[in-house]
This record gives sequence, C-alpha cells and structure tokens, in this order.
Amino acid sequence: MHVLSLRVNGDRLRVAAPAHWSLLEVLRYELGLTGSKQGCDKGDCGACTVLIDGAPRLACLELAALCEEREITTIEGLLPAHRAAGGEGADPVQDAFDRCGALQCGFCQPGMMLSARALLNENPRPSRSEIHEALSGNLCRCTGYTQIVQAVETCVAEAAGAGDTGGAS
Amino acid sequence: MAARDQHGSGAPWGEEFEVVGKPQRKVDGLDKATGRALYADDLQLPGMLHAKTLRSPHAHAEILSIDVSKALELEGVHAVITGADMPIRYGVIPWTPDENALAVEKVRFIGDEVAAVAAVDEDTANRALELIEVEYEPLHAFLEPEEALARPEPAIHDQKPKKDGTPRGNVSKHVHLEFGDVDAAIDGADVVVEGDYSFHGTTHTAIEPHCAVATYSADGLLSVWSSTQITHYVQRALARVLELPESRIRVVQPCLGGAFGGKSDPFSFEFCVAKLAMITGRPVKMLWTREEVFYAHRGRHPMQMHYRTGATRDGKLTGTDARILIDGGSYSSFGLVTTYYSGQLLTGPVDMPTYRFDSTRVFTNKPPCGPKRGHGSVQPRFAFEVQLDELAEKLDMDPIELRRKNWHGEHTKTVNGQRITSSGFLECLDLVEERSEWKDRWRKLPHGRGLGVAGSMYISGTNYPIYPNKMPQAGIQLSVERSGRVTAFTGGNDIGQGSSSVVAYIVAEELGVELADVRVVAADTDLCPVDLGAYSSRVTFMVGNATIDACRKLRGQVCQAVAEHWEVEPAAVRLGGGLALCLSDAEKTMPVREAFQLAEARFDTLGATGSYNTPTLGGDYRGGTIGASPAYSFTTHVAEVVVDTETGRITCEKVWCAHDCGRALNPILVKGQIEGSVYMGAAEVVMEEHGVNRFGLHAGPSLLDYRIPTSVDVPEIEAMIVESVDPEGPYGAKEAGEGPLHSVIPAIANAVHDAVGIRLHHLPFTPAKVLAALDAREPAQQPAGSAR
Repeated sequence: MHVLSLRVNGDRLRVAAPAHWSLLEVLRYELGLTGSKQGCDKGDCGACTVLIDGAPRLACLELAALCEEREITTIEGLLPAHRAAGGEGADPVQDAFDRCGALQCGFCQPGMMLSARALLNENPRPSRSEIHEALSGNLCRCTGYTQIVQAVETCVAEAAGAGDTGGAS
Repeated sequence: MAARDQHGSGAPWGEEFEVVGKPQRKVDGLDKATGRALYADDLQLPGMLHAKTLRSPHAHAEILSIDVSKALELEGVHAVITGADMPIRYGVIPWTPDENALAVEKVRFIGDEVAAVAAVDEDTANRALELIEVEYEPLHAFLEPEEALARPEPAIHDQKPKKDGTPRGNVSKHVHLEFGDVDAAIDGADVVVEGDYSFHGTTHTAIEPHCAVATYSADGLLSVWSSTQITHYVQRALARVLELPESRIRVVQPCLGGAFGGKSDPFSFEFCVAKLAMITGRPVKMLWTREEVFYAHRGRHPMQMHYRTGATRDGKLTGTDARILIDGGSYSSFGLVTTYYSGQLLTGPVDMPTYRFDSTRVFTNKPPCGPKRGHGSVQPRFAFEVQLDELAEKLDMDPIELRRKNWHGEHTKTVNGQRITSSGFLECLDLVEERSEWKDRWRKLPHGRGLGVAGSMYISGTNYPIYPNKMPQAGIQLSVERSGRVTAFTGGNDIGQGSSSVVAYIVAEELGVELADVRVVAADTDLCPVDLGAYSSRVTFMVGNATIDACRKLRGQVCQAVAEHWEVEPAAVRLGGGLALCLSDAEKTMPVREAFQLAEARFDTLGATGSYNTPTLGGDYRGGTIGASPAYSFTTHVAEVVVDTETGRITCEKVWCAHDCGRALNPILVKGQIEGSVYMGAAEVVMEEHGVNRFGLHAGPSLLDYRIPTSVDVPEIEAMIVESVDPEGPYGAKEAGEGPLHSVIPAIANAVHDAVGIRLHHLPFTPAKVLAALDAREPAQQPAGSAR
C-alpha cells in the first residue's frame, strides 16, 4: 500500500492504496467519489473523465501515484465550486444537461459534463463543431448526442444572456 | 380488458394537462448530473468480497474435470464455485431452460462461464482463476448457422426430440405460419421482386458494465442489487436455481447505466454473487470487465433472409413470402420469441393481403444472441423495406406513394390477426416527405448523394407475460403522507428511458401535487408491486395505465372528503397545482396537503393500488399472442447519404424521423428516445459488427474494436413527434423507445440506391461491398463521366 496525498475538489486528502491503482480506482473505491464511472477501464469510453489541472483526463489511465500535486476535479466537485463562487443550484452545465434531456441512463454523463465544463472554461463561445470535437472522447449510448449538444449550447446561450431555449424549466 | 384498465385519453381534470405533455425534468436528473446517483458498482458494503469468473477458452468442449484445490489454498480466497454447486438450469423463457449459472459438463462458446472465485479483492480473485485446472475435450464447433442447420451432431444442446420422435439437432426454434394463399397471390401478381438479404450481429454496448452485489443474512434472506432490467424475472430465476423460496429473495435494481435489451436475461454473475454470499456469509460483488460484457452479448441475431413480394400493376401488394435463418448463438435466451417476432411484427403499417414466414433459429458456438432494441424485427424490417423500394422502382412509383397506397389504416386488423388501434403513419410519411423536401430532391440530387425512405411499426408491450399467469402485468402502489407528499412504488425498471419520471408526471397530474412532492421507489422486489420489466417497450403503456388506475381510486376519496367538508358535490372539487379548488365557489381553496389530511381523517391511512393487464389479443393460432400488442407505434425515416465512389465510404449526413408515440407524456424524453434509436440504428449500417474469428473467439471485445459512434460520427437527426392519441394508452400514449430504430436502416440502404444506383442487401455496408457493387453495375447504369 502506498500513502498518497491528493488534492481532490479543493481538499487535500491522504489515502492509502495499492501502488498500481489508477486514479479512478482510488477515487471510486478509496475516496468514495463514485460519480466517476468505469465503462471500459482501458481509455476507450471516457466515462471516467475528470479534470486534472483543469484539463479533461481519463482517470482509468492515470496512475494515482503520479497525480499528487495536481488539482483534481470530479463531478462531485462542480456543484460545491459553483456555490462557493456565489452561484445557486447546480453548475450551469449540470443544470442544462438535466433540463435538456441529456441524462438518460446518466452513466457516461459525469465524464461528458466535465469535458463540457473544460471546453466552456477554455472557450465560452464554442461553435457546434467545436462542441462535437470536445465531446468526441466521451461515448454515450443513449442519446445520439443531440440533446447533449443542445445542453452545451443552452449553457453558452444563457451565459451570453439569451432567454428561454426550450428545455424543461 | 378489465374496466379498470380503461381511463380514456383525455386530461384527468377537463381540457388541459398541467404536467403531462410539457417539457419536464426527470425525477433523477439532478442526482445523475451531480454524481449522486448510485449504480451497482457504486455500492460498497462492509467486509465485501470481490468475485471473478473463469471462462471457457473453447468454443465447444466437454468438461472432463475441474480442480479448484490450488485456488482455494491461495491466501485471500474465500470460496470457489463451479457448475456442480448450481446444477439447476434456467432461462428467461420458461419453456427453454438451457442455461447454467456455471457450465455443467460442457461449454458452448469462448467466454462461457466455468467457475467463480470470491476473494478479498479483484487481484486475488484473478490470481485464483489462474490456479483452477480444467480439463476439456474439444468438440466440433459450429460457427455458421447453415452448418448448424445441416449437421445435427454434435448437438450443442441435449434437446428432447419433437413429438413425432425426430431429433431437433441444432435447431433452437422453428416457426412456420401462413396467412392466406401466398403462392397464388404472388404467382398472380403483375410484378414480383425477390431477393436475399442479410443482417449481421450487433450488440447493445450500454456504457455501464454488468455488476451485482449480494448479501445473505443470518436469518436466510438473500438480497441482490443488480444492473438488470428485469428484477422480477431475476428473483424467480434465483429462487429456482438456488432452491430458495421467492419470499426470501430481494432483488433491487439500482440506478442503471443503459441496457437496450442487454440486461434482460438472468445472468451468471447474479447467481454467482448470491451463491458466494450464501457460502461465505459476506457481501460479494462481481463487476464484469468490458470484455466480459461482449462475451455475454444477447445482442441482435444475425439473420439470412429471403423475401418475395408481389404487387398489382397499380402498386397494391398481393403477398409476401419470407424464409429466415436465424443465428442464435449458444443459448436460447429469448430465442423462442425472437423467432416469432421475426415474422409476426412485419404485418404493418403496410397491409399484407397474404403472408407467410418460415423462420428457423439455430444454435451455434458463439456468444448467445438475445433481444436488442427492436427485438427480432429490425432485421426483417430492413429486408422488407428495401424490397418495397425495389418494388416501387419496378412500378416506377414514388416509394412514399407506394407506402401510402398500401397503408392498412386505423382501427383495423393485420393479416396475422394483430389488432391495430390508433395509427399516425400517414402523418409520419407526410412529415418526413415535407421536411426532407423529398419531392424536389429524391432522384434529383447529384450523383453520390441520395435520399431514401422507409417505415415501420412496433409493439407497446405484448399480452404474452413470459410465464403464463392471469395476474396484472404492471402494478403500482401509492402512499400519501400528511406533508402532502405522495410516494409511488413501482416494479418498473427505469433503465434511463425515464419510466420513474413518467410515473411521477402521472401522479402529479392526477393528484394535483407539485412534481417535487412525488417520490418514486422503483424496481425493488421487497417494496414494489410486480412489474414484468423494461422490455418489449411495455413500460410507459402498462405502468402508466396502472399509475392512472391507482391515482383515480385515491383521488375519489380525496375529492369526496373535501366535498363533504365544503358541502359541495365531489364533482365540483379539482386538484391541481398543489391546491384543492372548488369549481362552484372560487373562495373555497386549500393546499392539497390539507385535502389529503381531510381524506385521511374521513377514511383511513391513505393509499391505493393500481394495475394494468392487456385485453385478450392476438390471432387464434399457436403463437398468435406473441407480438400481439394493445397498441402499436409507427415510424418513418428519410435518410440522406453521401457515397464516396472512390473509397466506397457511406456517410449518413441527415436523418428525418417522424414517430407516432400516441400522446407524448414528456416531449423531451420522447425526442431523446427517437434520437437515440436513430443513432443506434444508423451505426448498425456502417460501423458496428459483432462477430467471431475462425476459432469462435470474439473478433474485438473492446470499445475500440467494436466501434460505436462518437459525437463526430452521428448524422444530424431531426426528430418529429406525431401524436395519434391511442384510445387505450395512458392519456393516449404508446411506445417510443424501440420503434424509431427500425426503419432508419432500410432508409439508408434505399438512399444509397438513390445516390449511386446500387442495391446493397447484406449488412454492414462496408466500403469493400460498396466498391464491389459499383463495379458490378451494368455499364449503362453508370453515369456519364464516372471514373468507375
């Protein structure tokens, strides 16, 4: 067992885990942050996507021991960060995904929403093809991606001050 | 149909719906969005062991011996089980119990389960698997269905001979049904088209791998949390195999990460975690790897289909004759139903005056096939709708006109005795025709670009309850508390389609409570009345009707209590928007919470049950009830494709899909089902193929090898909802989850013909097949100046 010191969702956490464990395993099975999902465990599906120093990364391919000193954000970190910044409700990405029907089974969506959050942090006004591109590492089997893209476009429109975009209230 | 199942299709309180039909959030949406929703692998229990499965390296072999002693000696291993520990066979269809939780005596495909280990962690369990010694005697492996049909020995399954004593060999199921004099009808036709078509194997690929956790209490209660879409059948199968009373078994479906039919059989892992928990006295979890999910499969059956269809000169169909060979893989699964569905679900929306199908499902030594979205009917629909396009071409008719002309109408009966109620098929045709600018663009686009059309119908559940019984197919229980909160208990499996949300919308609509004051407890056999599960597109129709049934009983009591309090007629009381209102006196109003309290004081602790069962349906012949649905959905697709004549690559750029789902209870969810169906079907044409190599080994059991579309691979999808409002559906609703997949596949095939003049009959449409077909064209068919 290895004792690791990780920075996750703003907290400094000390955790013991086998030295060969991936970041995904440590998050899910040691820290109880089960919002990050495992769909393939080999970097194909993107369900385990987390933000490492702000960039989307596949937690199943990151050795946990190499993630010390890096800032890790999981899906559980979005809402508290939004509240800490003075926001209400969930992060606008999470809220838009809910309103637009982007969450069917929901299993791929934590990773998808973090990819979307990273995109919008980098580029607040992405084009539709930039959205498609940014989400292309996250497989979804339910939606056909249409309502996911609508959700991201809803975030963009609402951040720019546009009104009702047609989803649930 | 019992009177209790008829509620009318209108709003419960007069003209307008308050909740239904409007965009609403899902009851579990924000939990899923924030990572709070718990899926099976998110459950961790104190002292939990981890289990892994040893799988067969042979496609077909006898097991001579298994020695687990070395595995048991490994430190950290708590139990090892083999087929001898659970020798009782099971199968989701009670007539074909041919599966074992772990192989007994023989293995039937590469990946078949042989032994399972429970250990302190997955690494230890995996090491233990390597220490299990299994001696096999390989047998001839059947990889092609034709060979399995022709050669009965060695039989993959030891089946009882037929009633006349002839052996069944490797035939899993044979169905031959004929309606009218097909031969005379086709022989007498002015135009006949005939051809061979084939559909390859594809698989579900839900992003959540299968997982289960079991506990066994000291007083003998078994609890299993499983990623299943059929809690009730899993409970029954566990009881059978483990020889426990059903009353001692609790099955719970946690939040489910997609299914599409891939989680609708009882699976080995569920029996293994249960048995291992019983042996060790500790909680046990088994999580399949992605590779294991591919072996478990239960995906779309490969089918080889021969179709012959006749028509009169003016385009009226006279008869259709189909012969189908179905590759079932190694076990029966739902195969009996698949074999019927391959013929029974084709008889609309195009009227067939005469019809015959002869379907044979055979066993092969490959991962078992089962139900995938559009169970059994997607493949024949592909062949038939391409054949209709060919017929239209021969008749020099617009294929949309051909379909209009042969539409069977509303409130009618199909040739095989299926009762059709509402049908918005013509409106669906009109919509895709108009939105795709069909009349201006079909046959008029530049070479390489084309439009194709196709249509289909699908069931909203069937009256075939899998195991014969007269009890309701769906049950609901409501409890009301003094705070004004209503809790609905439903056996319905929410697999992401939003069935729990549908229950909540209906409760809010009927009882006038805010959506936020409705809780839904679902798919827990200890807590919820039985629902048969999320398959055959039955949940909205049946669970929805059961919910209305329960709500109507409850609201009768509430209205009566309020009416007595106000001294008005009960009919003057309305519940809506969190309030009780009086129609005859605007002054009289109270929060619905107080109305519930009055009713509790007047009657008793408040609650109600509701249920749904289908009316008697189906043709009066053997198999006539299979595919008989209380209501059918209808779909049309127009696809626009680009075919690169240099590379042979087909790109589907846009799909217009109109789907008649009756009343759309939440249009956002319906559109999600349409879009998801279209995307999944379109990918089956050009991207996905589930196959094995020449040894029977899976050709690529990973999400890199089995290519499902990413966000840059999908066509633009325009989803259109048509609401034919069914007389028997909940508020007139029908299914939306499977129908919209079917006809996108033939629509793309027909669009390829419009684009480059080739008829592709054999899926998937690889570049090699496209180039070969282009080369094989008659020179006269090739456009002037074409390089090919």
